[in-house]
Amino acid sequence: MKLNKWIAVLATSVAMPLMANAAELEVTHWWTSGGEAAAVAEFAKAFDATGNKWVDGAIAGSGDVARPIIISRILGGNPMGATQLNPGKDADDLIAAGLMQDLTELAVAEDWANILRPKSQLESCTKDGKVYCVPVNLHSGQWMWTNRKVYEDAGIAPPQNWAEMIAAAPALKEKGIIPLSLAEGWPVGLLTEDLIVAIAGVDNYVAVYQDRNMELARGPEFAAVFKAIDEARQIIDPKTVVPQWNDAVALVIQGKAAANVMGDWAGGEFAVAGMVAGKDFDCLPGLGVEPVLGTGGDVFYFPKSDDPEVTKAQFAMASMMVTKEVQVAFNLKKGSLPMRADVDLSAANDCMKKGLEILDKGTKVFPNNSQMIDRDSLNQINDVMKEFFSDLSITPEAAQEQFAAIIEAAPK
Amino acid sequence: MSEVKRPNPLFRNLTSKLAASPMIFIVLVVFVGSTMWTVASSFTGIKTLPIFTPQEFYDNWVGWDQYVRLWNTPRWITSITNLAIYGILYSGFAFVIGFLLAVLMDQKIRAEGVFRTIYLYPFALSFIVTGKVWAWVLNPAFGLEKTVRDMGWTSFSFDWLTNRDMAIYTVVIAGLWQGTGLVMALMLAGLRSIDDEIWRAARVDGIPKWRTYLQIVVPMMRPVMITIFVIVASGSVRVYDLVLALTQGGPGNSSQVPSMYIYEKLFVGALAQGTAASSVLLLATAIILIPWIIVEFGKKSRE
Repeated sequence: MKLNKWIAVLATSVAMPLMANAAELEVTHWWTSGGEAAAVAEFAKAFDATGNKWVDGAIAGSGDVARPIIISRILGGNPMGATQLNPGKDADDLIAAGLMQDLTELAVAEDWANILRPKSQLESCTKDGKVYCVPVNLHSGQWMWTNRKVYEDAGIAPPQNWAEMIAAAPALKEKGIIPLSLAEGWPVGLLTEDLIVAIAGVDNYVAVYQDRNMELARGPEFAAVFKAIDEARQIIDPKTVVPQWNDAVALVIQGKAAANVMGDWAGGEFAVAGMVAGKDFDCLPGLGVEPVLGTGGDVFYFPKSDDPEVTKAQFAMASMMVTKEVQVAFNLKKGSLPMRADVDLSAANDCMKKGLEILDKGTKVFPNNSQMIDRDSLNQINDVMKEFFSDLSITPEAAQEQFAAIIEAAPK
Repeated sequence: MSEVKRPNPLFRNLTSKLAASPMIFIVLVVFVGSTMWTVASSFTGIKTLPIFTPQEFYDNWVGWDQYVRLWNTPRWITSITNLAIYGILYSGFAFVIGFLLAVLMDQKIRAEGVFRTIYLYPFALSFIVTGKVWAWVLNPAFGLEKTVRDMGWTSFSFDWLTNRDMAIYTVVIAGLWQGTGLVMALMLAGLRSIDDEIWRAARVDGIPKWRTYLQIVVPMMRPVMITIFVIVASGSVRVYDLVLALTQGGPGNSSQVPSMYIYEKLFVGALAQGTAASSVLLLATAIILIPWIIVEFGKKSRE
């Protein structure tokens, strides 16, 4: 027995160098909620199967917490193997400085331009004709989630749009139920943009964020948006504002709150809780006003490395992320839409199917905020909206003017 | 006075000067150099990547733009106000409470070691843990407010954490809970270093105990006090993780502090805005420190 052990040890020491062509890649991301963690595990499993090793570098909090850490590490010369970011302008400066791995070779070989849709996502990854990131999923932020049972118990028909939700609020409040749950920080900014899309309309949203139409930003369409936000902040008790988006979704799942506005990633939380769309809860794209789909989502960048083994592993990871099996497994857990049209999604839940339907029609698909405007300006808008939400003495008119001023000053 | 020629002062204590040279080098490059870079880059429009050559500085020069933007940002004004509130209240209360605890501890009480450990324990916790614990305690939904209400006092209200006017004071409370123990320990060490002869002399002269403390002991503890002041004051300027864990800067932006603003701007595409904000803090610190340095060291050299 003892001898066997020794032989095993010796054998491993001989075998180890042979396996050394595999690399360990540290992957940073901010997917830490239940549904998100389950989705990441799918990536890790598939990557480990290629013979490399996925070293998880989850950063708790949100993109706002993770982005500075990720960018400072790349700038500081201590890059990770791969990192999640949002599509758009976030990594522009890093690409310009030559800090990111060029994936064009792989993208051409695997014909990403034709297998991935919508086109906007790969275009966001492309700078000067070169591909620098791999889009892994499509997320839209414009969803309202309602707990049907809460409304039924209160004798109210489950609302099918934003206005009905607001109208039902007083009756729910009397019963001690939070009519609309909200999380501190960026979810306030998300709610704002969702209301812009729902109330001012997709075209006006893009006209202001992308084309910087200042007349519109200061005009009556947007004044109506700020009126709606004003209504929303009146029904939200500051004591019920929770720290994280998934806490706010959990309140709806537990029946303590009736509704929440959050992206389709909230679907993953409902799935983890075993709730069924259409029966236990409703998911309303475009806040039920008009079914629309923002092309937010997640992309992976690969900081350049001197080590050819690492570069090889990075290409392996990028390739793995867009394979059919991984796309299905990952996106079902994540509650997001896959980048490929040619995959079997019979296992998708009702919410995802609603999203796919809008995506296939393609008419009400519009770019994500980070594809239209720089992160610095988005953060400033968030600051304005956070203040507006928590300080009732700020008038909707004042908030609208501050918002417009930031849009006006934003670099093109 | 002897007539011996004085040696060149440059070569006096040559060995110690040589030994200090790495330190001098680090101070010049890391502190002075980085400070100058920070101030210079705050006059540019750089976004993510740092720049180093004069040509790059020239190309990106925008003058006072970053400072105009900074002082027109409500969040920055709130942050600076909060820093002042936190700095003054935290330093003040840490001093007073720390001193009182130390004096009580100095009364030759039984089991002093036990009490000292209890008071010092919070300091062993990180700000993140402190912040999280207090966030739970102060959360109206399940913390102190709910507990008291469940005990029967149904009108009890303590919602500072979710009240925009009071949120910054919860940071002060948590900070004091964490830091007072250290101040106490340092003060106690200072009290113990006072010679017993002084106490005896005071007793012989019939001076009441409280006056002995205030008028004899405290002035004698001046060096300890200054050390404590530097520790406490620099700690309050640095406050970051405590706020992040306790309030996340909220509700809204009502409990933001400058370091949160600087950190965010430095790494998400507004580098120059971040360096402008840090330059303001550097300047503010310098305005407070320089007079003190002049008074303190100027006096010593005269003596």
